[in-house]
Amino acid sequence: MSDTASGLLTIAVLVAALAAVHVPLGTWMARVFTDTDRGHWRVERLVYRLCRVDPASEQRWTTYAVAVLGFSVVGIVLLFALIALQGVLPLDRGAAMNLDTALNTAVSFVTNTNWQSYAGEAGTSPLVQTLGLTVQNFVSPAVGLAVAVALVRGLARSSGSAVGNFWVDLVRGTVRVLLPLAAVAAVVLLLGGVIQNLSAPTTVPTVSGGSQVLQGGLVASQEAIKELGTNGGGYFNANSAHPFENPNAFTNLLEIFLLLVIPFSLPRTYGVLVGDRRQGWAVLGFMATLWGLMVAAVTWAEVSAAGGRLGGLEGKELRFGVWPSALFAASTTGTSTGAVNSMHESFSPLGGGGVLFSMLLGEVSPGGVGSGLYGALLLAVLTVFISGLMVGRTPELLGKQVGRREITLTALALLVMPALVLVFTGIGMVAPLVSSQMLATGPHGLTEVMYAYASAANNNGSAFAGFSADTPYVNLTLALCMFLGRFVPIVLVLALAGSLVTQRRRPVNAGTLPTHTPTFAALFVGVAVIVTGLTFFPALALGPLAEALS
Amino acid sequence: MTHSMSLTLLARQLVATFPEAVRKLDPRHVWRSPVVFVVWVGSLVTTVVAVTDPSWFAWSITLWLWATVLFANMAEAVAEGRGKAQAATLRAARTTTTAQRRAVDGSLTTVAASDLMVGDLVVVRPGEVVPGDGDVVEGMATVDESAITGESAPVIRESGGDRCAVTGGTTVLSDGITVRITTKPGETFIDRMIALVEGAARQKTPNEIALTILLTTLTIIFVLAVMAIQPLAVYSGHEQSVVVLVALLVCLIPTTIGALLSAIGIAGMDRLVQHNVLAMSGRAVEAAGDVSTLLLDKTGTITFGNRRATELLSAPRPDDVELVEAAYLSSLADETPEGRSIVDLAATGLPDGTRARLDGVRRDGATFVEFTAQTRMSGADLCDGTAVRKGASDAVCRWVARHGGQVPPEVLTMVDTIARAGGTPLVVATARPGEQPRALGVVHLKDVVKPGMKERFGQLRAMGIRTVMITGDNPLTATSIAAEAGVDDFLAEATPEDKMALIKKEQEGGRLVAMTGDGTNDAPALAQSDVGVAMNTGTSAAKEAANMVDLDSDPTKLIDIVSIGKQLLITRGALTTFSIANDIAKYFAIIPAMFVVLFPGLDALNVMGLATPKSAMLSAVIFNALIIVALIPLSLRGVRYRPAGSTALLRRNLLVYGVGGVIAPFIGIKLIDLVVSHLPGMM
Repeated sequence: MSDTASGLLTIAVLVAALAAVHVPLGTWMARVFTDTDRGHWRVERLVYRLCRVDPASEQRWTTYAVAVLGFSVVGIVLLFALIALQGVLPLDRGAAMNLDTALNTAVSFVTNTNWQSYAGEAGTSPLVQTLGLTVQNFVSPAVGLAVAVALVRGLARSSGSAVGNFWVDLVRGTVRVLLPLAAVAAVVLLLGGVIQNLSAPTTVPTVSGGSQVLQGGLVASQEAIKELGTNGGGYFNANSAHPFENPNAFTNLLEIFLLLVIPFSLPRTYGVLVGDRRQGWAVLGFMATLWGLMVAAVTWAEVSAAGGRLGGLEGKELRFGVWPSALFAASTTGTSTGAVNSMHESFSPLGGGGVLFSMLLGEVSPGGVGSGLYGALLLAVLTVFISGLMVGRTPELLGKQVGRREITLTALALLVMPALVLVFTGIGMVAPLVSSQMLATGPHGLTEVMYAYASAANNNGSAFAGFSADTPYVNLTLALCMFLGRFVPIVLVLALAGSLVTQRRRPVNAGTLPTHTPTFAALFVGVAVIVTGLTFFPALALGPLAEALS
Repeated sequence: MTHSMSLTLLARQLVATFPEAVRKLDPRHVWRSPVVFVVWVGSLVTTVVAVTDPSWFAWSITLWLWATVLFANMAEAVAEGRGKAQAATLRAARTTTTAQRRAVDGSLTTVAASDLMVGDLVVVRPGEVVPGDGDVVEGMATVDESAITGESAPVIRESGGDRCAVTGGTTVLSDGITVRITTKPGETFIDRMIALVEGAARQKTPNEIALTILLTTLTIIFVLAVMAIQPLAVYSGHEQSVVVLVALLVCLIPTTIGALLSAIGIAGMDRLVQHNVLAMSGRAVEAAGDVSTLLLDKTGTITFGNRRATELLSAPRPDDVELVEAAYLSSLADETPEGRSIVDLAATGLPDGTRARLDGVRRDGATFVEFTAQTRMSGADLCDGTAVRKGASDAVCRWVARHGGQVPPEVLTMVDTIARAGGTPLVVATARPGEQPRALGVVHLKDVVKPGMKERFGQLRAMGIRTVMITGDNPLTATSIAAEAGVDDFLAEATPEDKMALIKKEQEGGRLVAMTGDGTNDAPALAQSDVGVAMNTGTSAAKEAANMVDLDSDPTKLIDIVSIGKQLLITRGALTTFSIANDIAKYFAIIPAMFVVLFPGLDALNVMGLATPKSAMLSAVIFNALIIVALIPLSLRGVRYRPAGSTALLRRNLLVYGVGGVIAPFIGIKLIDLVVSHLPGMM
């Protein structure tokens, strides 16, 4: 089979699998978050009792936001402490990290970014991996889910005040969605050849006569939630390019499926929760179009480059080839996962620019677990505001007016990421602290730095690997970008939910702008692409475009 | 007026507002629009650069940046200028300075109109100007209200009832009235009108504020994007001049909509004024665009003010002509509009020459019985002893019975049928000398729906607006008229309380309600509704409660008001889309121009083939400035609005202003570049 045929077939299988799964999974998640008080599972009751949470009480947006922030900040502190003290704790295996790297790592895993300034197997002990990183791999996507569901409740409920109970949403997201799916996925990965052991490191002689130490570990279980929770932090430094994490074409396809499946199912959840499934289809159409465009663009760029001197295979695993690498790259950058099965640094200028652009869209194609949906809904509010005026009414989304307060919150939430990326890239280009860490010079060096900050501010976590990010300045600024890029929008999104939930839902009539039509979905895509394009065009012109056109 | 003439007019207006536009360069004024303020700061920066390091290029950019700010100011000044002319006319009406104040003992003293207090009684004689707003407490007068309404036909104002309100500045033509002053001097209707049309009382409306917030956010993003260019450019080895960066920034921020936003708002209010509607706030105009339920009074709005005779149904025995003649004769003395309509209808059915004969009966000494509320009958007793009567069926039947006659059952059936269909049956009877009186037939009176109403309601439905007819009729009558007029719903036997309850119910369902009213008992409902339009002929209580006043007192105007509200919002949305869409072409002009020296490959992005980097940047800046002027007429006139469903509207406006907004600047910048590239200093 030719590369093209097998590539297209891979994509077809992936799309078919997603199409089959997103409806039941999306509907299931909608049930999870609307289940009544009686429906608590036994294990959930236990957690509520231990944490002294009243699962029946509902929170206003302010309480909800304080809960999210409190939970996350405590998570950062605990994880930081665990990493900093790993040397004196059991199972240390000699793993160590600088304090700035430890802070970067703690923020990174709590913000669902999983940027790794350290080498996966050398920086963290199995204890940190299990008690620290794995826990965050589950709860950080659950936080994203909770925030997204709170925003959807803001749209769905009419003249209320509460947006849900964060603790209940968090527990349910973890227990009913992420844990069972991860368990199934881990078994399938295991069957596919991913390792799962607690063996001591093995030393093997290499072909060239040297020797190499091979680490084992609980890889399959880690890998499952890494993809499923759009986390991306690899057990090994080489991430999904490592044969123990991602041995063959089947596991590769499965991993891509896992990282896309929850984000692509959430539009269905949204449609069910607001009581109008067509709304979910429009958001799904938006996400799928952007994802399709990015996959096509990156694949085209890489396949075109494959005709060149290196055959476009530099930095790619020979067992995957160009098509699956491009598909993985576009999917991982579009979902804020940041796992990699190939080195994005080595992509062709346009391919590398493509994956960068995919992140700069704001992680909505289809975005991270939860964050993709609320990111898309923020863009929907913006689209509704501009296009709603053009039909001669005060703009409204699902009968909720987009007035002064709503557009302020939306605009600020959408402003955070571009501001972080532009400011820190700008500083980075002239600060010797940063520019000395670049591997490349010229436009490619610029792309390296911009990629790092775009990845952090969007909570993606993938890297242009040539850039050596493990210095105090870079670690701390990236940590700042990850923290602000995650929590400022979250607080604004919850404030938006709080503002929407108090509104009465207006009835839909012929004069209302329909938000489920193809026209609207097309406009929705247009707004996302144009706003991103206008914001980042100059920087992209000096980076990937200049490199590609010279 | 031809298009070219209006363009010359606009050009003249623009030139005339130049001094005003220069005055508006005051930063305290410019600050009100954040987008324009950024241009203003940018202009200042490039001016400093141009002075310290003069070059053709720096001066050209500086000049056009200042022009951009000036054009924005001009747009606002032109919009305001229209209101000022109207304010001047109104001021002329306010020149009255004295009033005859009546003391408790009846004595009159002359006082200045500005010294009047609420509750004072003033006497106004023919030829005098009413000194302030008030209610007539004694007498009746014809009043010339042309100063306010522009309508020259005088109107009647009398004490008591719904026609007691007089407005300061209007002139009493005949008779004298005593007026109780109800408004403090300086706060009268005319004062408020002046403030409104001048824009002195203008505050940003909710939607305008929301849009300003969005535009400000976009501006911040572009400030960041442009600021980030310099370190990137330094790294790449090609530092950019401040002039170039400012030029790029100004091209990217949404200057078009930022410059025209306030003009659009003022022009929207002004369009209402041109329809002779005064909106007390811009908020009400916006709300009009959002209205989803219209409450319309049946009488005068949906139907002609009065019932009309539509057919004559004869009882089996007599021939038709006898009925027609009797109907004609019996209604000759009926001065009510219904009576007149019977005369009109009967006249068309009379054989040639008969009419002159019938009209002759008055000369022959017939006595006429006028219609009164007690008898509910009118008629004539001819000199030959024949009596004809027409009126309410029970009244006429009683008359027939009293004179020993009988009403045939067919007539009673007809009466029943008409009543059940919502019409009003009038029975016609005659009594010849010596004969028994006979019921001849029935006149069918009914409400006639104004032509074209059904189509208008259809349009409203397409716009997503429900119409509810309000009537005092019984449900039967209301059903039939509602069906004929094509309204969505009706409220029969409506009391003011019912109306209020209906408004609240609609609002609880999240719908915005618009209504018209004129009576004092409408005031609470007017205040409760989201868009309340009071008729100028109405009471001051109604006008006080409403948020708009229709000077023509035309209740159908509510439909125009809704269109104007929508048009205002559409114009804002269309120009915002246009403004953002423009940026794509500007990037393609400026970014390659900035860096082509460094990366020659970027010339591939110069899709317009602009002559030199400098000419490219200057062309983009010039296009950015000129497009403001080009769009002033559109922002004053408003985007064309035809009632249609939202999907059709969105598709059309997206095509024109979105796709058009992407394409237009590519052409515009290229054309400007063809000229600009010949200027000195462009190499």
